[in-house]
Amino acid sequence: MADFKTPLAKVRGLGSAKDGTHHWWLQRVTAVANIPLVIFMVVSFVGNAGKDHAAWVAWLKQPLVSVIVILFIANTVYHMRLGLQVLVEDYVHGGTKVASMLAISFTCVLIASLAIFSVLRIAFGG
Amino acid sequence: MAQGKRPLSPHLQVYRWGAAMAVSILHRATGSALAVGTIILTWWLVAMATGHEYFNMVQECLGSPVGRLVLFGITIALMQHLASGIRHLFMDAGKLYDLKANTGSAKFTFVFTIVMTLVIWVAAYKVMGRL
Repeated sequence: MADFKTPLAKVRGLGSAKDGTHHWWLQRVTAVANIPLVIFMVVSFVGNAGKDHAAWVAWLKQPLVSVIVILFIANTVYHMRLGLQVLVEDYVHGGTKVASMLAISFTCVLIASLAIFSVLRIAFGG
Repeated sequence: MAQGKRPLSPHLQVYRWGAAMAVSILHRATGSALAVGTIILTWWLVAMATGHEYFNMVQECLGSPVGRLVLFGITIALMQHLASGIRHLFMDAGKLYDLKANTGSAKFTFVFTIVMTLVIWVAAYKVMGRL
C-alpha cells in the first residue's frame, strides 16, 4: 500500500486526530495518581465514620487533608472526564455526540469547582 | 450500500462469557457508576461548607437504608474499578497476556472487590460502634 505520510508526520506520530497518545497517556497518569488518593479517601471515610459536622470540618481544615482532598477531586474529575469521553466516542454518534461531550465537560468543570471551592471555604473559613 | 444496511460485526450476545470479558465490561460500568459517586461526594462537600443543618440533612439521606445501599454499591464499584484499573496498568506494561494469568488476574479482581468492600464496611461500622 502506498504511504502518503510525510516523514515529519511519522516522527510526530500524532495520527488523524492530531492528538497522538496524549489522551491515553493522561488517562494512565491520572489512574496511577488516583491509587494513593483513593486509599487516603477510603481510610479517612472509614476512620471518621459517623462523626458530626464539627468533627468533619476539623478533619478537612487540616492543611494536608485540604490539599489531598483538592488533589483527589481535581485528579478524579479529570480522569472521569477522559473516561466518559471514551464512552461517548464509542456509543454516541452524530450531533448528540457533540452535545454529550459539551454537557460532560461543563458538568465536570462545575463539579470540580463546587467541590474545590467548598474545601477552600472550609479550610479558610472560621 | 446504504448507511444502516452494512453488515456489522457480531455484538456482545454472540460471545461466551469469560472472566476477562466481564472485567472489561464492568470496568466501564463501574467507571460510570463512580461518576455518580463523584457527584455525591461533591454534594456532601458543598453541604459541609454550607453549614451543620444542611450537612446533617445530607448525612441523614446518605445514612438512610437507600443511601447506605447506594454507598455500598459505590464501594463495590470503586474497588472493582481500582482492581481492574491496576490490572489494566499491568497489561499496558505488556504483562498478564497469557491465558492463565489473564483469566486468573480477572478473577482475582472479583475476590479483591468482595473482600475489600466487606473489610471497609465492617471497619466503618466498628468505628461507629455499631458492631
